[in-house]
Amino acid sequence: MKEIVIISGKGGTGKTSIIAAFASLAKNKVLCDADVDAADLHLIMDPEITERHDFESGRTAIINQDKCTECGLCRDLCRWNAISEDFVVDSIECEGCGVCCYFCPEEAIDFPLNTCGEWYLSESRFGPMAHARLGIAEENSGKLVSLIRQEGKKLVEEKNLSLLLTDGPPGIGCPVIASMGGATAVLIVTEPTVSGRHDMERVAELAAFFKIPAMMCVNKFDLNPSQGEAIEAFARERNVGVIGRVPFDPAFTNAMVQGKTIVEFDSQSEGCVAVKTIWENLAQSFEI
Amino acid sequence: MIISIASGKGGTGKTTVATNLAISLECDVQILDCDVEEPNAHLFIRPTIEEVKTITTPVPEVDMDKCTLCGKCAEICQFKAIIVIGETVLPFHELCHSCGGCMEVCPEKAITETGRELGIIERGNKNGLEFVHGKLRIGEAMSPPLIKKVREYTRPGILTIIDAPPGTSCPVIASMTGADFVMLVTEPTPFGLYDLKLAVGAVKILGIPCGLVINRSDMGDDQVRVYAEQEGIPILMEIPFDRRIAEAYSRGEMIVEVMPEWKDKFSELYLRIEKIVE
Repeated sequence: MKEIVIISGKGGTGKTSIIAAFASLAKNKVLCDADVDAADLHLIMDPEITERHDFESGRTAIINQDKCTECGLCRDLCRWNAISEDFVVDSIECEGCGVCCYFCPEEAIDFPLNTCGEWYLSESRFGPMAHARLGIAEENSGKLVSLIRQEGKKLVEEKNLSLLLTDGPPGIGCPVIASMGGATAVLIVTEPTVSGRHDMERVAELAAFFKIPAMMCVNKFDLNPSQGEAIEAFARERNVGVIGRVPFDPAFTNAMVQGKTIVEFDSQSEGCVAVKTIWENLAQSFEI
Repeated sequence: MIISIASGKGGTGKTTVATNLAISLECDVQILDCDVEEPNAHLFIRPTIEEVKTITTPVPEVDMDKCTLCGKCAEICQFKAIIVIGETVLPFHELCHSCGGCMEVCPEKAITETGRELGIIERGNKNGLEFVHGKLRIGEAMSPPLIKKVREYTRPGILTIIDAPPGTSCPVIASMTGADFVMLVTEPTPFGLYDLKLAVGAVKILGIPCGLVINRSDMGDDQVRVYAEQEGIPILMEIPFDRRIAEAYSRGEMIVEVMPEWKDKFSELYLRIEKIVE
């Protein structure tokens, strides 16, 4: 089984539009949306959910006011200042470390599991899909990313397919680290801007840190060709494969508005032709 | 006043709004870039950096001469960041959330704390505008503790503009908590709208007033405007797609540098926010 994960460092460079196009082009695959914080792939895939599960992870302290003697030990021990003067736990600030609960002399603190999101197995017009939704303001996104990729891999095996196409989150922190461990390769989608370049360098460094092979493409290349070329030169220096350029093409936005992939929307558009080439290069490089 | 600039979806123009607003105002302003995973504001502000600080978080170190292998440290740790294996105790620093529980529970006082590097904080200034940002160390998973350290640079009595990371989970919450106003930057597309709704949900949980900036406002569709009206969220500014703006951005230039007439619009934006907050 192969897995390609699309990441970007910077947000909004076109990860989801490009993976949606790949969904139109690739065969024998399962789609996985690992951007659990702000999952958007389902807006194009329009999946029919066949299984729905709660995502339980982490715990939050709750002080039982009837048992509490207000001794203050929990407030002294809590490093997150999550317990108020009148002994109420702020569930947003609570880290779920359980130290207050462990030491409370009155055993007045409960420490229940959190339900902090949902995950789904679905069918779409492009095949099976695994996706998730982290609850707003919740933690543990890395764990949900790992879980949903695991479920995606199970689908690939069960259905006798060969590829997992994973839409990753922006940034370089916990959910991104969780999205790339063990992947066949990451495809970094960037843009020819100072921030696109800066963020691509950091995420390429992250891929190197975890020894994941990395490829990259510059989206909206014609917005600033010299910046685009500089980014490609940097990529080559760092052994990141340059596998194509995508022009600025309003067809991407127009396709999204209609809930279509760019391949469905206009297969003759410049953007679509460019993404096709990138997909072919990727498939060839990793024998997909 | 603290204004946090957030979005849900990435790449909608948070940094554009934060930096242009910061340099358009006459009052005392500081900008805190809390997108510590991928900070970008410095690429546009181009501050002179005056101070660089390495930020660490406490993690346990075990003195095996004192340890009796009782296992209490492993028992209290919720994050599987310390385990007893054979004749030794292994702390996994990368998994540690720095709660101090293991140190507190150890009956032999065998555990002390050392530091794991989270990243750095750089502080500088550009023509009187104070600039602070955090840079997460490559390979470090936890950004909220570094974001909280950046926010310690908040100076009361002046305007603090926070450039928040994308998303709606803990790093975003860490960048919005305690703000007087959250400005949500979106684009009028299905992805922009979907993620905007999540961001509005987060702002509501925190109970902070918010308003909208619609970037590339002439692309996509009108569903974001319909939603804003339904929810009673004021649209404070619209920035149409303009190739000159996009190209300037690509070079690290701000809108007000290439189109000075925008300076008044950003000043007006601030006046509107001030009115709402009052």
